[in-house]
Amino acid sequence: MSSSSDDDDRIPFSRRPEWSDVRPVPQDDGPHPVVPIAYRDDFRETMDYFRAVYLADERSSRALYLTTEAIEMNPGNYTVWHFRRLVLEALNVDLHEERDFIDQIAMRNPKNYQIWHHRRWIAEKLGPEAADKELEFTKRVLAYDAKNYHAWSHRQWVLQSLGGWEKELDYCQKLLEDDIFNNSAWNQTFDFGLSYNQEYSKVRYFVITRSPLLGGLQAMRDSELSYTIEAILANPQNESPWRYLQGLYKGDTDVLVSENQVSEVCLKVLKIDHSCIFALSLLLDLLCYGFQPSDELKGVIEALRKSEPASSDDKLASTICSILEIVDPMRSNYWAWRRSNLPSKAC
Amino acid sequence: MESSASFSPSSCSPRSPNPNPNLDQQPRLTITLLEQLKVEQKVAEIYGLLNGVSAHARSLMSELRRDKHVEFLMRGLKQLGPSYHVLDANRPWLCYWILHSIALLGEPLDTELENDVMDFLSRCEDEDGGYGGGPGQLPHLATTYAAVNTLVTLGSENALSSINRDNLYKFLLRMKDSSGAFRMHDAGEIDVRACYTAISVASILNILDYELVKDVGNYILRCQTYEGGIAGEPGSEAHGGYTFCGLATMILINEADRLDLSSLLDWVAFRQGVECGFQGRTNKLVDGCYSFWQGGVLALMQKLLPVVDKQLTSSSVSGESSLGSTCNIKSSDLAGQGSGKLSDVGFSFIKRHTESVPLFHTIALQQYILLCSQVLEGGFKDKPGKNRDFYHSCYCLSGLSVSQYSWSKDAGASPLPTAVLGPYSNLLEPIHPLYNVVLDKYHMSHEFFSRS
Repeated sequence: MSSSSDDDDRIPFSRRPEWSDVRPVPQDDGPHPVVPIAYRDDFRETMDYFRAVYLADERSSRALYLTTEAIEMNPGNYTVWHFRRLVLEALNVDLHEERDFIDQIAMRNPKNYQIWHHRRWIAEKLGPEAADKELEFTKRVLAYDAKNYHAWSHRQWVLQSLGGWEKELDYCQKLLEDDIFNNSAWNQTFDFGLSYNQEYSKVRYFVITRSPLLGGLQAMRDSELSYTIEAILANPQNESPWRYLQGLYKGDTDVLVSENQVSEVCLKVLKIDHSCIFALSLLLDLLCYGFQPSDELKGVIEALRKSEPASSDDKLASTICSILEIVDPMRSNYWAWRRSNLPSKAC
Repeated sequence: MESSASFSPSSCSPRSPNPNPNLDQQPRLTITLLEQLKVEQKVAEIYGLLNGVSAHARSLMSELRRDKHVEFLMRGLKQLGPSYHVLDANRPWLCYWILHSIALLGEPLDTELENDVMDFLSRCEDEDGGYGGGPGQLPHLATTYAAVNTLVTLGSENALSSINRDNLYKFLLRMKDSSGAFRMHDAGEIDVRACYTAISVASILNILDYELVKDVGNYILRCQTYEGGIAGEPGSEAHGGYTFCGLATMILINEADRLDLSSLLDWVAFRQGVECGFQGRTNKLVDGCYSFWQGGVLALMQKLLPVVDKQLTSSSVSGESSLGSTCNIKSSDLAGQGSGKLSDVGFSFIKRHTESVPLFHTIALQQYILLCSQVLEGGFKDKPGKNRDFYHSCYCLSGLSVSQYSWSKDAGASPLPTAVLGPYSNLLEPIHPLYNVVLDKYHMSHEFFSRS
């Protein structure tokens, strides 16, 4: 991003009558600065005037206008943003207008920490009435980049602080229909449910665990489980639903172990794609949690063992680790470590 | 002897879509898949060049262009073009990215330049403590971290004594939120980066105390997600940068065993993909900077394995924080016997003998960094097709160092040639993985700040 465009008609501060009383303050870079930036004249001048009003703590309309210019040149300058908030408060500016300003600048700089922080500050001041606009705004940013980290964090904050849960699961559902590999959307759904039990609680994960409307993780688990299994079967190489599935039983491994559908989906996938790392990995975890494998499952795993037949007292979990060491060479060290550190209750 | 073995991942990988016609229908090519396929193709072209050439040629292709990197870095230290105005509030970061890179390359700095760096950073230091993004800017935790790490990297008594620790301590306390977490600056955002930069700085300067530590662990725990990694804020998605920050913080405050370490380890192990580098989040693209963020997490985890083992064998495998949120666990595993001083944690951590082999593919990672991220004219980039920058140079080199030394049982011990991809002259200086400063420089500063 450069500040060079449409600068031709820019009048320097030094030639603006309303600034004639202000003496610009140059940056104190010292005699031999390191990482010196060859500032363009307009940038340097704007910052010199900014320093002047900042040091004088001048909370005026012209100061507000000056911060607008400074922010447009470098939206990463948190000092300018901070001062702007002081000015906005002092002038009692209508924050709806401020939000419009942020709308434009944020669409051009969607990964800038300061802008999102400023936005949160505005929404917090406006209160619940701001929820719809904020949700709509993040939707626009996510339409460009469905994984924008800041936008998701902002959205979660809005839902938790200002409300607007009603349509969130539908929205996550739509994003997952567009791209079932969008892990951010899986994450968002999760938080929906937790919020029932714990007043607030992520995107797929977020919604399920935190929405006050859905009855919490336990209540949603059955429908979430079938949704997740469907996603896994449609694309077993998609890591997101595999992790999501485990997440549904976080802290509740006994239930995970007793849920037949979980081991069944692993088995189903392995019958067709015998080196599916995610299926093998989930089975390994199940066994570590105390899952008792069926004879069919044992048979399938034994058939996958390509190398030498291990001694009969080998645990099934150990066999799976050995298979993973071969089919997943990137993580062979990890699987070897897992093999040598199996919990005693693992089968 | 040179290690010129290259790594070729098997066709079965967690990240290739590898559509199976037998399972329902072919997966639709979503944005995630399309972008992923494009990157895989570019990377495959590069690795394809390795096939069919001699070991000597492969070694040459994997050579670290030391001179070019030093040239690129030194030029940036002395002059940056007008487009850098967008980093005008990040100048201590520029100092750190450049000087840490130069230190990793083992290149000395002349005294004059060292003095210029000190002089410049002193102009960024706020009279009430902490460092801002440039002269006269508000003090900020991230730039404070960058400034302190830069001065530690310079390493001279002058550089170390230039830091006003009393005021810095007061600044850190002012940034502490009632939740226990930290704000980036006065009325600024609260997140895991802020917690890490505050705790890291306090730890390395030997000013970490209970007041600063109080409840920060609770905040980090709330940021560990169902995937196992750590998010920037409670509820957000597990992410490599925040996972590093969160884990390093927990280690530095001696509370790492409160995290669900086995799920964290599983999540991070899965972030290394077919391209041989790391991605930052599940189903996202590979990026050279995660060579450090994720590779660093794995280096830390390697030393925590006894703790993971304990978690696995204890009854609560789930890792849910059944440990009450207020209890302050003394993890003797980490701090060493009888040590009550928090500032010693970083020191005892690095002294620990490493029992285990690395938990990731260290040669594969070096291959990605040297062949896909390295720019032959100097500097490093995110991935093929992107431009080089100082941030990626710093974190690619840091990740390269971590992967070269991952087989060493004791911190900083010279690795075998087989642990280093390309000519052995590729070997960088070792780092302290909790702070990401060169190990020798860490030891010098540790000694200096223990005295006072």
